[in-house]
Amino acid sequence: MIKAEQKPVDEILDFLKPHRKILLAGCNACVAVCHAGGEKEVGILSSALKMARKKAGQKIEILEDCSTRQCEPEFVQELKEKAEEVEAVLSIACGVGVQTVARMFSDIPVYPGLNTTFMGETDELGVWIERCQACGNCVLHVTGGVCPVARCAKQLLNGPCGGSQDGECEIGNDVPCAWQQIYDRLKTIGQLHRMEEIIPVKKWGRESRDKGPRTISREDLKL
Amino acid sequence: MVESFSPRIVAFCCDKSGYVAADMVGKLRLSLPESLDIVRVPCAGRIDALHLLQALEKGADGVLIFACHEENCQSLTGNIRAKARMGYLHGIMERIGLEKERLDLCNLATNNGAKFAETVLQKFDELKKLGPSPVE
Ligand code: SF4
Ligand code: SF4
Repeated sequence: MIKAEQKPVDEILDFLKPHRKILLAGCNACVAVCHAGGEKEVGILSSALKMARKKAGQKIEILEDCSTRQCEPEFVQELKEKAEEVEAVLSIACGVGVQTVARMFSDIPVYPGLNTTFMGETDELGVWIERCQACGNCVLHVTGGVCPVARCAKQLLNGPCGGSQDGECEIGNDVPCAWQQIYDRLKTIGQLHRMEEIIPVKKWGRESRDKGPRTISREDLKL
Repeated sequence: MVESFSPRIVAFCCDKSGYVAADMVGKLRLSLPESLDIVRVPCAGRIDALHLLQALEKGADGVLIFACHEENCQSLTGNIRAKARMGYLHGIMERIGLEKERLDLCNLATNNGAKFAETVLQKFDELKKLGPSPVE
């Protein structure tokens, strides 16, 4: 899932300076799971912002809401009435949600309250770790379920670099070498021969952003 | 004005320690400030960052958490979690210019009525010096 963390409150306060009434909109999907942009976080941020502005002698009125999924226009539509009442929207969804809101309420500023960081899993309570970079052509079947794009510091696709030492990546900081993990895992599942399969270089367009934002188009689903 | 200022304190009390200690204050015939509000919670771990921050936003000059001693929480880590949440909020308070002293934690046991009263009174005096909350 998408992982994000809240921007420092002072940064948010800075871009909210010109506004006196805003809508603070969270998202109950990914960012709620990583405790950055769900209903509770809407409450905490709202409270902090109101206190800071009161202290500065510039009160701010904050309407609060939390969409089921802010990256879906149908759910964002539900914010319409509130959005019409305010000068700006502060969204604490991921960058996708912020852009959906900005597109749908095109006549008012929409600000991001989070830094969207990566797609990852929960490592332990309160710790999240990157696992996928949406490269567009998954190779996990070759690499034993360990992603070399997201987990190798050099994104090497065909075996480790010379810096892999005792299972650790040469960048240090106790980061495991992804290729050691791939090797160990392939060995465990009896597929070590996969190490010899060549993973080709990534293709233009579908596997990179060189041709602009990537799109998925499904004729069978279109109206 | 500061002379007559009586700081409003909200104390979140764990049912297994702080609340019992608060109850003992009366039996010990010690007195507590009238402006103290006690919120009884089943465990300090139940106190969410949102509750603490909203207490400050809604008019408390100071907020206290009374939790069990470390390694003595009946729910294992409720007190540690309360402490971590306080740390998280201290970070936010710092960024919005709210004194960290307005949010504090005290670890105690059920028989610590005297410590409860002493902590509240100390915080009361500290807040008196600090002045009313700038966000009231
Ligand atoms: S190979 Fe590509 S799609 Fe598969 S997990 Fe890695 S980045 Fe994601
Ligand atoms: S040590 Fe391993 S993870 Fe680090 S850059 Fe080299 S191959 Fe990648």
